[in-house]
Amino acid sequence: MAFSALYANKLRSLLTMLGIIIGVGAVIAMVSVGMGVRSNVQESIASLGSNMLIVSPGSSNRSGPRSAAGSMKTLKYDDAKAIQSKVKNIEYLSPSVSSNYQIVNGNQNWNSSVQGITPEYMNIKSLSVESGSFISSDNLQKRERVAVIGTTVASNLFGDENPVGKNIRVNNQPFRVIGLLETKGQSSMGQDQDDVVLIPLTTAQERMLGITHVQSVSVQVKEAMYMDQVQEDIETLLRQRHKIIGGKEDDFHVRNLTSLMETMTQTTTMITLLLGSVAGISLVVGGIGIMNIMMVSVTERTREIGIRKALGATFSNIMMQFLIESVVIGVVGGIIGIFVGCGLSSLIAALGDFTTVITWAPIVVSFTFSVGIGLIFGILPARKAARLDPIEALRYE
Amino acid sequence: MQTKDEIVIRLQGIKKLYQMGDQQVAALDGIDLDIKRGEFAALMGPSGSGKSTLMNILGCLDRPTVGSYQLNGREVAHLSDDELARTRNKNIGFVFQNFNLLARISSLDNVALPLVYAGRGLSERRERAMAVLEAVGLADRAEHMPNELSGGQRQRVAIARALVNEPEIIMADEPTGNLDTKSTREIMEIFQKMHGLGRTIILVTHEPEIALCANRQLLVRDGVITRDEGKGVVLDVV
Ligand SMILES: Nc1ncnc2c1ncn2[C@@H]1O[C@H](COP(=O)(O)OP(=O)(O)OP(=O)(O)O)[C@@H](O)[C@H]1O
Ligand SMILES: [Mg+2]
Repeated sequence: MAFSALYANKLRSLLTMLGIIIGVGAVIAMVSVGMGVRSNVQESIASLGSNMLIVSPGSSNRSGPRSAAGSMKTLKYDDAKAIQSKVKNIEYLSPSVSSNYQIVNGNQNWNSSVQGITPEYMNIKSLSVESGSFISSDNLQKRERVAVIGTTVASNLFGDENPVGKNIRVNNQPFRVIGLLETKGQSSMGQDQDDVVLIPLTTAQERMLGITHVQSVSVQVKEAMYMDQVQEDIETLLRQRHKIIGGKEDDFHVRNLTSLMETMTQTTTMITLLLGSVAGISLVVGGIGIMNIMMVSVTERTREIGIRKALGATFSNIMMQFLIESVVIGVVGGIIGIFVGCGLSSLIAALGDFTTVITWAPIVVSFTFSVGIGLIFGILPARKAARLDPIEALRYE
Repeated sequence: MQTKDEIVIRLQGIKKLYQMGDQQVAALDGIDLDIKRGEFAALMGPSGSGKSTLMNILGCLDRPTVGSYQLNGREVAHLSDDELARTRNKNIGFVFQNFNLLARISSLDNVALPLVYAGRGLSERRERAMAVLEAVGLADRAEHMPNELSGGQRQRVAIARALVNEPEIIMADEPTGNLDTKSTREIMEIFQKMHGLGRTIILVTHEPEIALCANRQLLVRDGVITRDEGKGVVLDVV
């Protein structure tokens, strides 16, 4: 019965549903965008490794002008060595510097990020070597001009040839390629992780950059439970070494990636909720649309209601008839809205080159909401219909 | 078999008052009336005399301002809306001047509607609706929409609807008012057949020859019954 009335007014029913369709669709699409941002952030932090602490030069104080991270000279290679020897519960530690240089092989050249690293870098980044070998401590001690290259660099400079054993020029200095890294693909932020050239840290510092400091020290802690202890120990040690006493500001900064991840997750969850609730408002507006149309429908069908009552329909019979109609609008609108929302989300992902994540929660919540809205905003019109006086209703033209 | 003398409807001192501005209008001004089972009563009277008002009260669509209405010995004058609705569904079948069929559903579904509110199952509804449609000679129009039928056919569908839940009383307010003479004759034949089968019928009409089909003629004037002819005569066969 409810269906036949809705079907008889196809266009109007559809227009009424549109509010719900847009509402549900918007909630799902918006939340999927928010969830996409969240998973991006989480992934990119997770890709830096678990149980990671990053020591970088410069203060964590946010007031006053700050120089770009890594540009300060306060963190030395010796600090990294001291941390490794004095702080307990460290699994791996890797100081590094990096800079962009022109890499040349014969007439092929390629601009890439050149990283000065230590052998432990391989463990921290979970790298593996496809052929040849990784940077050794021997390479490091002798400041040798050797390089391990990523597959992107290799294919741009050597094509299909095996680069191991060949010579390249980095910033016009000759380097011997000793290893080729296994392909890692794109990072979650869209960076090509194979576009790298790794050289010994000492070589980079002394032969290329002419510096003694490092840009950052990555520390992988043995177990999550030691994170705070290791962080504190590093801070104490560095304050000692840098002779920072009392309330003086630190000239270094230790970041805990896990807690950073928690903060970012919280922030992005907030953003997601905000996007979702803004979209949710359109659901409520859609509900008011349902109420409006149902009111019109009740007035239009006054005579029908009178006939039904004359034939014995009770208050609840009429109430149910109209409530079912508005709930059906909510249900059908909700279902179409789910498809629209999922479609919209994939469209955003495709057009915006952007990750969107569709989860069950917004689908279930917004669908339940739309059915509830159909019910709640249907009550008033249904009551109006059910309370009509049969004689008045029959006399209605 | 129930006795012919059994009183189905007993009205005592029924008044219906309407407040028009600061003055009261009595649409019904003290009606006393007994209707026996199986009677076929025609209600006549000038326009505005209160016939429809009386029919509405008799049909439990409306409540009297004062007075007592016993239907089958049960006082119904002051029942709640839902109790009145159930009484209408069970005891009364309506036939209106303007048919009052639902336009969007088929004849069969229209006829079956009272059974919906009586809580019957779908198959029983269809079966019984089909049977009464057959009885009014419209079995072949069961799936037609009301707007595909002539006026006379629509009124026959409406009569089928009034009969489907087997009420003891049929109320018809000017059922032939919108029909031509041929359809009027068909409709009146059905009413007489129903009367012959022992059903109680109350019918409002403006036409004396239609009133003569009934076995009792009541004249209403200014809210009171001024003439009552053929009282108590129940015809077994027409
Ligand atoms: N809702 C109402 N409010 C005020 N007065 C009313 C109302 N309903 C009916 N009346 C009055 O009651 C009187 C009787 O009306 P009713 O409809 O019963 O007449 P009727 O005999 O059926 O007339 P007709 O033959 O034209 O159908 C009329 O004077 C009418 O104006
Ligand atoms: Mg009338």
